[in-house]
Amino acid sequence: MGQSPANSLLTGQFPLSLSFQDLILTLHRYWGAQDCVILQPYDMEMGAGTFHPATVLRALGAEAWRAAYVQPCRRPTDGRYGENPNRLGHYYQYQVVLKPSPDDLQDLYLGSLTEIGIDPLKHDIRFVEDDWESPTLGAWGLGWEVWCDGMEVTQFTYFQQVGGFECKPVTGELTYGLERLAMYIQGVDNVFDLRFNDAGVRYGQIFRENEIEMSTYNFEVADTDTLFDSFRKAAAECERCLTAKLPIPAYEQAIKASHVFNTLQARGVISVAERQAYIGRVRDLAKAACGAWLERAP
Amino acid sequence: MADFLLELLSEEIPARMQAKARNDLARLFAECTSAAGLATGPIDVYSTPRRLALIARDVAEATDATRDELKGPRANAPEQAIDGFLKKTGLQRDQLEDRGGVFFAVVERAGRRASDILADAVGRIVAEFPWPKSMRWAEGDLRWVRPLHRIVAIFGEEIVAVEIDGVASGAATLGHRFHHPGPITIGGASDYVEKLRACHVIVDQEEREQLIRDEAAKVTAAAGLTLLPDEGLVVENAGLTEWPVPLVGSFDADFLDVPREVIVLTMRTNQKYFACTNDEGLLAPAFVCVANIEASDGGEAIAQGNARVLAARLADARFFWEQDLKAPLDEQARKLGSIVFHEKLGTVADKVERVAKLARWLVETGVVKADADEVERAARLAKADLVSGMVGEFPELQGVIGGYLAEARGEPKGVADAIREHYGAPNQSVSAAVALADKLDTICAFFSIDQKPTGSKDPFALRRAAIASIEIIVGNRLRLGLTEALRGVLANRAGQVSDAEPAHRLDKPASEILDFFADRLKVQQREAGVRHDLIDAVFALGDEDDLVRLLARVKALQDFVGTEDGTNLLVAYKRAANILKKEKWEGPRVMSSPGSQGIPQTGEEDPLVLVDDPILKDAVAEIASGSAGADLPQEKALISALDAAEPKAGAAIDKEDFTSAMAALASLRKPIDDFFDHVTVNDADAGKRERRLNLLMRFREAVNRVADFSRIEG
Repeated sequence: MGQSPANSLLTGQFPLSLSFQDLILTLHRYWGAQDCVILQPYDMEMGAGTFHPATVLRALGAEAWRAAYVQPCRRPTDGRYGENPNRLGHYYQYQVVLKPSPDDLQDLYLGSLTEIGIDPLKHDIRFVEDDWESPTLGAWGLGWEVWCDGMEVTQFTYFQQVGGFECKPVTGELTYGLERLAMYIQGVDNVFDLRFNDAGVRYGQIFRENEIEMSTYNFEVADTDTLFDSFRKAAAECERCLTAKLPIPAYEQAIKASHVFNTLQARGVISVAERQAYIGRVRDLAKAACGAWLERAP
Repeated sequence: MADFLLELLSEEIPARMQAKARNDLARLFAECTSAAGLATGPIDVYSTPRRLALIARDVAEATDATRDELKGPRANAPEQAIDGFLKKTGLQRDQLEDRGGVFFAVVERAGRRASDILADAVGRIVAEFPWPKSMRWAEGDLRWVRPLHRIVAIFGEEIVAVEIDGVASGAATLGHRFHHPGPITIGGASDYVEKLRACHVIVDQEEREQLIRDEAAKVTAAAGLTLLPDEGLVVENAGLTEWPVPLVGSFDADFLDVPREVIVLTMRTNQKYFACTNDEGLLAPAFVCVANIEASDGGEAIAQGNARVLAARLADARFFWEQDLKAPLDEQARKLGSIVFHEKLGTVADKVERVAKLARWLVETGVVKADADEVERAARLAKADLVSGMVGEFPELQGVIGGYLAEARGEPKGVADAIREHYGAPNQSVSAAVALADKLDTICAFFSIDQKPTGSKDPFALRRAAIASIEIIVGNRLRLGLTEALRGVLANRAGQVSDAEPAHRLDKPASEILDFFADRLKVQQREAGVRHDLIDAVFALGDEDDLVRLLARVKALQDFVGTEDGTNLLVAYKRAANILKKEKWEGPRVMSSPGSQGIPQTGEEDPLVLVDDPILKDAVAEIASGSAGADLPQEKALISALDAAEPKAGAAIDKEDFTSAMAALASLRKPIDDFFDHVTVNDADAGKRERRLNLLMRFREAVNRVADFSRIEG
């Protein structure tokens, strides 16, 4: 897959543009220097980096907390069989959480952009209103989507509530869309053309087959009876964990139920009316797990 | 006197909230100063994405000292009264003055320095600011739209000292986020705007708006194109930038295959770009974005970056469009069977089936003049685009996309237009039939499962559907009895549930929905200056449910009650109605005392049966007319006036000439006034009394044929 002349021109704007993995490493170094613990991805399927307990559970309670990590995100309905240059059913988010939110959070964030090669006097960086809400987590916050030349590269949120509980102190959350950001920096129009490293490996070589097979599975093959059954079992297991006063495993089951629900949606077997009921069910589980987490002995 | 400057610097304020925030800032400031008695001159308010600012000119240096005297209770009044007075005035007992046995409180207030008042004002403004959504940050309790970082408060050249939750006032603010990242010191109101301008911040939003208008037009013209004006985008972009720089970019002309609405909407909603047209008024493959910096490369990278983002979005849109074009609409419509419309109301396919039948019925019963097959076809395809990828991406384009797809598939224009227009209140006949059927079905379906709007809750937008139905009926002058139509719609829905739905079960929902329509009609007509009580008066007739005729009646009625005849007739009507009510008079007596004129009654049979008895017919008519044995000239005059007016009014009503019907009623005004002036209704003679009451009743009924005048206010 070759690049068009326009792309080469753009690449020229970032002469030393980072590979996908160097982008991650640069952010790790940058946020590590801001006293964030650099965590590894959570080993469960989830739709967004926010679901990681390092964000959801740690946003609750009074303890200070700073963490940064990459989280693979699975969004079955966004899969396009590897045919769409901009959409993936599986992609990466870079997540940073700082609690309490520092006064210079915007400046820290902008510093990270400079670090990865975006010159704010050459590129138009904007904070555009985007209030964040996760109905499945009973969470909301105010903030922006950050635009770089019209492209949304980061979701920037001050958490106000998680699991239905007030966040005090407030956690600042930054979620970078890594593929988009990398595409922008590298001047690539197709996600599969991204340079993954500087040794010639492209993103598509690693993930295209994955996209094709997972799209086929999620849209056509996944057994809906099994999924419905998994949903029920995860919900039941979550409640058992709650009874046993085990908030972390309870929360894991809520994450599981959430992902099963997402797959059921991709299979197109959940109607609009039922959708609300399922979201409500997951929210109740997540809220109960958050409540249990807050109640645990300090 | 000196000028006061206030700037509240925060993280980025949503563009859509800035206009109201400026007004609120000016209002709160004026409230604070006037409550403190501090005189100020004109107030200017400004906003940028990061700041809200206010400049008040000619603020007095201090308030004058005041002395208020308050008269209190008598010196010998009970303790409680005196305590109450002390509490009210905030004084001690020995501070009260005893003037001839009455306590007086003299409250003296020293003048206050403006800077103190202004400091209080800043605190109150921040505490009480009515942001539509506000937030907390870090560890604090303060709420603001986004984190508040600095407060500049300067009166003349002096800083007004105030500290709010750790944010202390000062003279330093920040310039443009990227062009001038460090702090800058403001001297006061006089140099605020210009100092910031020197630091790449145009404080005045109107100046930024004008700059965007002018520059956007200029860069478009330089590219040989015309800007598609969009004031909403001008204001939004001005709210997103402190130093707006419009830049023109282009996209691949191949994307122009995608419906224009999709392109414009993608650019507008997702990217906040202006669209451009060419010489022929066609959409050009170009856009204008508004950057917030004077870029080091002249904006080339920004324009290219934005072009790439747009290209990705348009590629996505085109992908959906091409997919959608491949799927025939009939096939798409079948997929509606798997979408639940509402858990108790079946699928969207069920709804489409009902709407198709109803729309056809509207044509077959002559309500809408159109080709029945075309209407049914349009109704069957109207919702098919809901399963299209395009509508999945842009829900607000439902209907529009279906219209394009129908055209692409060679459907007749009427069908394509109806699909496009049926969510609104269209004027073309096919569209009107489908739109009306769709809305009546929605309203009736939700009412039948008891999901009615209550208070501020109207989750299924039934009020809007009713207003649109009214607009369709009135706008297209569709003649239909709403009660009968609603029963038909309800039965149509019930038919899908069970065939055994007894007809009488429809009575209650039908009359509830009719009331609902009456309410909506009043709301809708209020804007046209139609009085709600007049609509009530016509609805109260009980048998008037043809909205076109109803509004004609209301209009004639409104004209009539505005005249002197109308006003007086209304007074006479109310007087007659009051007498009848007071006497509990319900018409010619069926069981009356011996000697009075009554209809002999034998048993328990329905008295109305007797009215039809040929033997008694004349007697009943005579009694009912109130004419039997009339003795006073005013009685006779009223009778003959009624004799003349009733058939005239009746004939006019039959011809739907309500103005003439009103004119006929107007002829009763003098006779009824004379009657009240000269005739005693409550005569000692029971026969006379009964006769006169019957006459008043006849008068009331004659007037009521046009409208229930008892509902008219005034």
